[in-house]
Parts: sequence; structure tokens; C-alpha cells
Amino acid sequence: MEETLSSGGPETVSSRVEGGVAIIYAGGYLNKINGERTKRECRDRLQNGCRALVINFSDTEIVNSIGVSILLGVIDAAEEREARLCFCNVNNHTAQLFLMLGLARHVYLAPTEEAALVWLNAANAAAPPVISTTPTQRH
Amino acid sequence: MHYGIEKFLHAFTSLADLGQEIADTRDRKEMVESALQVVLGTLAIRRGAVVEYVEEKGSVQFIAARGIGSDLPPEIPFTDTDVKDSCEIGAGGLSVSEPHSSNAAVRLAKRHPLLFENLGYDLFMPLIMRDKLLGILLLGPKMSEEPFSALDRDVICSMGRHIGVGIYNHRLIAEVEVRAEENQRLYDDLRATYQDTVRAFAAAIDFKDKYTRGHSERVGRYCEIIAREMGWNDEQVEGMIVAGYLHDIGKIVVDRDIINSPYKIDAKLLPELNRHTIAGYEILSLIKHPFADIPLMARHHHERVDGGGYPDGLTGDQIPMGAKILTVADSFDAMTTDRPYKRRRTMEEIIKDLGENAGKQFEPEVVVAFARALLKEITGEAQGKEILNTLSDDYVDIENIKPLLIELIRSIESNSYSAAANVT
Repeated sequence: MEETLSSGGPETVSSRVEGGVAIIYAGGYLNKINGERTKRECRDRLQNGCRALVINFSDTEIVNSIGVSILLGVIDAAEEREARLCFCNVNNHTAQLFLMLGLARHVYLAPTEEAALVWLNAANAAAPPVISTTPTQRH
Repeated sequence: MHYGIEKFLHAFTSLADLGQEIADTRDRKEMVESALQVVLGTLAIRRGAVVEYVEEKGSVQFIAARGIGSDLPPEIPFTDTDVKDSCEIGAGGLSVSEPHSSNAAVRLAKRHPLLFENLGYDLFMPLIMRDKLLGILLLGPKMSEEPFSALDRDVICSMGRHIGVGIYNHRLIAEVEVRAEENQRLYDDLRATYQDTVRAFAAAIDFKDKYTRGHSERVGRYCEIIAREMGWNDEQVEGMIVAGYLHDIGKIVVDRDIINSPYKIDAKLLPELNRHTIAGYEILSLIKHPFADIPLMARHHHERVDGGGYPDGLTGDQIPMGAKILTVADSFDAMTTDRPYKRRRTMEEIIKDLGENAGKQFEPEVVVAFARALLKEITGEAQGKEILNTLSDDYVDIENIKPLLIELIRSIESNSYSAAANVT
């Protein structure tokens, strides 16, 4: 672990950087408030030069429509800066939602944070990024 | 879980989210931005915008937009024909990727390539409320790259109606606020006019009596101070100021020679002078005042709580409290200004008079309030020095009356006042 900037419980958004990859923990309920916090963390990391992001949903029970919309904004921002983006520890319900809405076509859903980091390292070695539409989910 | 049911549930909860955003968000722009986010998140659409139709300008303006860059035109001209065509398309919307199904759609697409194609929108959905175009919801393709299904269209249509209602309600609120501001301005103007008129009347009243110039204005000021000290609210205090200004208005019907008499008016002429209270009441009763009891205060400002006053010989609680305040304010000014037949009194004599006449001529509660206000000015407890600044230079050194005021208040409150014993 290279750097820990902030951390918190399930209700808060926090982030850290490991091996040049920013890992953002999305909090318990990804709504407007937590969504904006997540977006801000992602944006700040991108502005600071990070080119690989993992959003960890391990504490996230629900993602509402505004949360989805904000995640679309994060995907746009990552694409604009040619950064790689990966979601991990997504629960079954949210994974179904991301699949249904087409987010999983644009973002790799890794089963764990470690798997996400492995995928990002592998993807860094070989462009373009691998896209998975059949993710392994957290239950 | 069946895929269709999952989709339906997501749409259903999104509708609930939208309703909450529209109901909870007070700022119009913020409301529309949140609503757009809900719509985009419901179907995972990356590009979208809400434009508002501004009838007075004949244009549409972007209120919220996502995924189309920041260099949006501030407004796009939108003619009556565009409005008509939009309404013809209706709240069901139009999918740009589908062949244009109506002449209205073809015409609009041709006239507004920016709204239809240049920004890459797939769905053009007019927001219509009570047959009026409020705006347009523009949506890009879904992230899933699937075409909009009938269910998608129904959901967006329903959300569009919500957003339309939200914009409509915010417009109504804005209109009400503008009207309220206009009404407040008009009211303030009327109030200022009323106050100017009252001041003009007061000047006219005092002009007639060369010995009491400025009397009405000073009485108004004392009334204000006493009423505030008694805890009256701002409107009541303002009413007392007006009563102070106008209490002697009846003097305009009294013979000028009597008013300006250099001698104390004798018993024969006294009724003529005293009729100014009833004349004042009658004059003021013709006017609809924004404050209560102004005519009655003018009528009864020479009543005494012991019943020895005029014109009606009222006692105690029969006399309106405003009139009792006027009596103290009027008497204090009379005692602190020179008259042709009587020189002003010292402050010690005045305090003695107030004490001796508390419960006879004056309402004790009012005397205490006045004494407290004066004491606060002397001790610096009051913010201003309204009474002291109103008095003439003869009353500069009145620090020594502090103990007299304290004793006056204490004695009245303990109902055992004897001012004479305290004045040396």
C-alpha cells in the first residue's frame, strides 16, 4: 500500500492508492450524496494523474438511479482521460442492474479488489482494456 | 429474478426517486438537474438535456445538460410554429432514430438540427402541461445500445410529466414571489405616503400654535419610547407614533386666538379649547387608518384615570391604554417646553408631578414605563438617547435625577409613592 488518504465506515466514501491505482470505496447507499462524493474522489484522483481506478462496492447495498447516473459520469471522465476503470465487490442485485443497463459493457466487474488490481495490471500491459459482460458477483 | 421484472422495479423506484427530488428541491435549476440525473440513471443514458421554453423571449434555453460539453448556446430561437409542432408531437415524444412519423416531426427536425441531430440525441420529448409547452427533454442513446422499448418510452413519458409539473410549479412559485414583492413595494409606498401625510398634518397642526412648534412630533417620539418600553409590538408602536402626531388635529377647528392666547385660558373659553378632542376624534374617524384606535386616542388624551378629565370623564380601564400613553407623553412635553403663561419646569419638578399624579391623572403603569425609559437613557443602558436628545439644552445635566427616577419606579411598583418627600 503506497498511500492512504481517507477511510471510513459503510456510510462514508473513502479512498486510497495502491500501486498507482486509486481505490474508491463507494459507501453504503450510492445515492445523490454518496454518488457526488464518489465522483469527487474519482475526479480528484484523475486530476492528480491516476490512470487506473477501482470503485469498491463491498459496503454498497443499493445504487439508485442518481447513483447510476453519477457512475455514468465517472465512466465518461475516465474515458476522457484514457484511464482504466473497474468495479469490484458488487452485490448480486447491483450487478444485475449494471448488466441490465449496459454499464457492464463498459466497465469490468471484478469479484474482489485483488482481482480488480490484477485485471488492471494485466490490462495496463495490453491495451485495449478487457471488457467482461459475465462478471462474478458478491452475494 | 426475471429480467423484465428487474427492469420494471428499477423504473418504479426511479419514479419514486424522481418524485422526491422534484418535491424536495427548492431551487428550479437544481431540481431539473436532479430530475435529469434520475432519468439518465433509470435507463443508463450518457447524454441528455432539459431545455425550457421561454414564451416571452420566443426561445428555448438549456437548464440542465449532461455529456454534451459546456459550450452550449445560451438560447435557441423557438417560434410559435415550433411550439405548435412540439405540441403536435405530444408528450409521448419522438425517437429520432425512427422514421419521422409526422409532418410536425419532419418540420422540427429540419428547423432544429441542433436539438435533434447535432447533439446526438435519440429522443425528443416535449414537456407539456395544460396544453402549454414548458420545455423539451432530450435524451441520447442508451448505454446498452438497445433501442428505446415501449416500456422505456412509457417510463420516460411519465418522468417527463413529473419534470413538467416540477417546472410548472416552480414558475408558479416564482410568479407568486414576484407578485408578493410587488405588493410589498406598493404597501411600503402607501405606508410611506401615509406617514408623510401624517407628518404634514402634524406640521400643519403645530403651525397654528406658535408656542408649541414641534409639539406633535415630540409627543409622537415619546409615545414610541413608552410603547416600546411597555413591550408593544412594532405595528402597535407605529400606531402610537401616528397617534402622537395627530392627537391635537382637532385644534385646527379651534379659534387661532384661543390657541395662541398669551394667558391661561379662562373658564369661559376653556370649553372651546377642550372641544379639540372631540373635533380630532371626528376628523380622524373619517380616515381609515392602518392602526387601531387612533381616533379614540385623540378623543381621550385629556381623560384622567380618576375620572376628572374630558371630554367623557372616563375612568381607569375605560380609557384606552394608547390614550393613557398619549396623556403622559403630551404632559411631559408640556412640562418641558415654555408656554406664554408658564415657564418649563425642572426635571425634579416633573418627576414629582408624575409621581403625585400617578393613579390620578396618569396611569401608573405608563409613568413607570416612561421613567424606566428615561433612566435607561441616563445610565446608558438604552441604545440611543431619544428623550434626552429631544429635550432642550436646559436639561443637559440631569444625572442627579437618577435616584428620583429609581424611587419613583420603586414607589409606584410598591404602590406607596410619595414624590414630595424625595424632592428637595
